[in-house]
Amino acid sequence: MKYKKITNYWALLLLLAGLIFMIAPFIWTVSTSLKSQRNVFEIPPKWIPDPVSFSNYVEVWGQAPLLKGFMNSLIIVVVVLTIGLFVAAMSAYAFGKFDFPFKGALFLGLLGTMMIPYSVVMIPQFIGFSWLNWVDTLLPLIIPGLFGNIVVVFFIRQFISGALPNDLIEAAKIDGCSFPRIFWTIALPIMKPALAAQAALGFMGIWNDFLGPLIYLHTPEKQTIQVLIASMQALYIGQSNYPIIMAAAVIAMIPVIIVFFFSQRYFIESLAISGIKG
Amino acid sequence: MNMKLTGYRKKELAWLYLFVAPPVLGFLIFGLTPMLFSIFISFQKWDMISSPTWVGFDNYTELFKDEKVFQSLFNTVYLMIGIPIGMAISLLLAILMNRSIKGIAFLRTMYYLPVISPIIAVSLLWQWILNQDYGLLNHLLWNWFGIKGPNWLGDADWVKPSLILIGLWGGVGGNMVLYLAGLQSVSSTYYEAAEIDGANGWQKFIRITLPLLSPIHFFVVVMGIIGAFQSFSQIYVLAVDGGPEYSGATIVYYIFQHAFKYFNMGFASAAAWLLGILIFIVTLIQFKFADRWVYQD
Repeated sequence: MKYKKITNYWALLLLLAGLIFMIAPFIWTVSTSLKSQRNVFEIPPKWIPDPVSFSNYVEVWGQAPLLKGFMNSLIIVVVVLTIGLFVAAMSAYAFGKFDFPFKGALFLGLLGTMMIPYSVVMIPQFIGFSWLNWVDTLLPLIIPGLFGNIVVVFFIRQFISGALPNDLIEAAKIDGCSFPRIFWTIALPIMKPALAAQAALGFMGIWNDFLGPLIYLHTPEKQTIQVLIASMQALYIGQSNYPIIMAAAVIAMIPVIIVFFFSQRYFIESLAISGIKG
Repeated sequence: MNMKLTGYRKKELAWLYLFVAPPVLGFLIFGLTPMLFSIFISFQKWDMISSPTWVGFDNYTELFKDEKVFQSLFNTVYLMIGIPIGMAISLLLAILMNRSIKGIAFLRTMYYLPVISPIIAVSLLWQWILNQDYGLLNHLLWNWFGIKGPNWLGDADWVKPSLILIGLWGGVGGNMVLYLAGLQSVSSTYYEAAEIDGANGWQKFIRITLPLLSPIHFFVVVMGIIGAFQSFSQIYVLAVDGGPEYSGATIVYYIFQHAFKYFNMGFASAAAWLLGILIFIVTLIQFKFADRWVYQD
């Protein structure tokens, strides 16, 4: 097994070399964000800023309502995930464990929606929401998400049809358990890992979403963090104030990275559940 | 079912339809209706202020007369060069990681980090790294290789390679994890049998690993092409107004400009349908040819 050990060392070496390419941009961003505008164009560039200054963060924070932006993003994420996931779990349970007339047609129709690109529906949706006077509110970004995402339904259905034995449902039925109660007390707890995986993925997707918020949100106080950060660029790129722009980028990244480090096992688990295999 | 429905079954059916109703309603309200409405708008001239006027196929004929449509389509397809490159890198990374070394979990996390990072922040940081005069990349190129780096995002010839580079950095981690899951499910008996037959490492890779991973290749290609067709956010930040000579604009960026900058709703809807149909056809072709090369057990 000596041969195997040597290849392991080579593999590790290559991966570490690649790692530099992967994380250098992050380090460079943090480093730039801590420099003052005067020092940023120094040649050769310095990786460790001297002096270290947090003034860029203070300025960015004062320049745009970033706290509001965080709150807006958070509101969308929390509402869409709690209600949307619950609703998706309900229909996944029905599709995964029961037979009923038109089930196949309904499910196939829903799968078909995955084929519709957002750009086809974004214009008519925008027109519709502007008729309702919902432009510049969070509603167009929340309401469609409450009906349950079909990808999530599909995913949980895959999971539950294997994880929940039919006998268990039958036994509960015989014991006189009502349909919603079986769902609530038996199916939902079994779904937990699948729901957690989808919550982690959903958080990233919604938090990082840009096109939708860009279309609908116009007043800075109502914008999500991504739209606010993007507008920083327009504000500071003219003066080439990269330290400030990098500070904004770091602020936008921190919550996602924190959530990722706490939830990363669910990302891996979600792959195992989805049944993608070689 | 010939039996008369029992009371319980009747109740159960009611619950079932109630449970599946939300996504079905969501599809009707936010999918099907907008889609049909979009077809209708695409035959109108409408700025959302004055009332719409019927113009027949004018929007579509105008679409095919606009050079920028073809430019943005070309750009979009060009960016897909990144897909096979990314697959090769992801697979290589996955093979390197598919062994029990201490610290692999940490490496996997770090490689995955760009995937979950907000695309806007990532675009901003690359904009700075790719700065012609003071960017990190050009500085390193000059220092290490004596190469005078190009004006990455300011030169029409370099915008697309820059976007591909950024896409690779941000994407290889995601596909790597997929390939890793695939590799771990390949049974070792295949390799043992091949070893008995005297196959070397390269032969095992070509004859066993690659074909057995074909469902993942397929998934990555299909999703990659759909994703590339819809790329927008990085373009919005990195190629302002489509970049020099419109060299960075993708088709979604083109649609976005016409819809939400010029409020040319009819025309933009026609362009959106062009994209929708293209995605549909390309995906259909891929599924059609899938059974020729995708291995199913």
